[in-house]
Amino acid sequence: MTPATLTKTESAPAERGFRSLAADWSSDQEVFKQVHWGKAMMWIFLLSDTFVFSCFLTAYMTVRSSTTVPWPNPSEVFALDIGGRPIPLILIAIMTFILISSSGTMAMAVNFGYRRDRLKTTLLMLATAALGATFVSMQAFEWTKLIVDEGVRPWGNPMGAPQFGSCFFMITGFHGLHVSAGVIYLLVIASKVARGRYEQKGNYEVVEIAGLYWHFVDLVWVFIFALFYLW
Amino acid sequence: MTADNDEVAERVTQTPAHPVAQPVSLPQPAHGKGSASAQVHGKQHPIGMYLKAWGYLFVLSAMSYLVDYFHVEGVLRWALILTFMILKAGLIVAIFMHMAWERLSLIYAILVPPLCLGTLVLFMAIESNYTFWTRIIFFGKGP
Repeated sequence: MTPATLTKTESAPAERGFRSLAADWSSDQEVFKQVHWGKAMMWIFLLSDTFVFSCFLTAYMTVRSSTTVPWPNPSEVFALDIGGRPIPLILIAIMTFILISSSGTMAMAVNFGYRRDRLKTTLLMLATAALGATFVSMQAFEWTKLIVDEGVRPWGNPMGAPQFGSCFFMITGFHGLHVSAGVIYLLVIASKVARGRYEQKGNYEVVEIAGLYWHFVDLVWVFIFALFYLW
Repeated sequence: MTADNDEVAERVTQTPAHPVAQPVSLPQPAHGKGSASAQVHGKQHPIGMYLKAWGYLFVLSAMSYLVDYFHVEGVLRWALILTFMILKAGLIVAIFMHMAWERLSLIYAILVPPLCLGTLVLFMAIESNYTFWTRIIFFGKGP
């Protein structure tokens, strides 16, 4: 077009192959201004993960509403005998409270990170990881109870529609995998915080990024709790 | 890059002999600097806000559990479950994940794409309805 644009194009560094592709697409443009790149990338990852979990939950909706066999009542399936009488869904309720608490401690860890309170950040992150590990152990207990005692399999179960098992194992299994990965992730970041790696620059964004992932795990559980266990 | 220099600087300035004593000795200068940088980041919220959000999440979870405990059935059950679910999700995303304080470009980039999931849910609802009636008509009730 104008001579100015021409000279600009000519003076652009000669990148070749995939480097030119990356250089052209980035072109020094920044969409999410003043947002740490890692945070933007974590958000985009979480967006993709949202779609993964949404596919599972939509698939669950599809098989549950298309089956002609009665769906097992989650309230009874997940009941626990406490003091001689069955309390419906109590284990799942406790798991929900544990995961919400872990989200609370994580939010405070992020806050203390920005205050550069290294000790409190580390301790709160370790507390979060501990609560997450508790959640996974309770889920392991729940799976064992369902598989061994109740005879639930991905292809069938004694209570009703066979799709119940496949949906349950797929959805909670994938969520449990996310929690387990999150516990490891948190432990890694917590140990780095404890060793003072982010102290110099006060660059505690790494803690916030880990926090985003952890809150997402809690967020997914909110949907699973409502749509799978309570529906 | 600067990040690498800082890492080197960290390793040099750090005293590995007193890993525990360091955070205790640091707070005085660290706090003053911390609040200044936090203001730059705009992330300084009182802890009470998180505790409040935590409390609300607890109450909402307890209420959705009580929906099941008291065997609320039918449309009321679904309406209550979905309401509590959306309120909880909103609290987590807005407060815990700091979405309320993000720039609009990021908010839209993250929150608008999931809206197309409504189309997926609608299509699959229609599809499963079709499958259900096909099963009833051709296979009768139950296998």
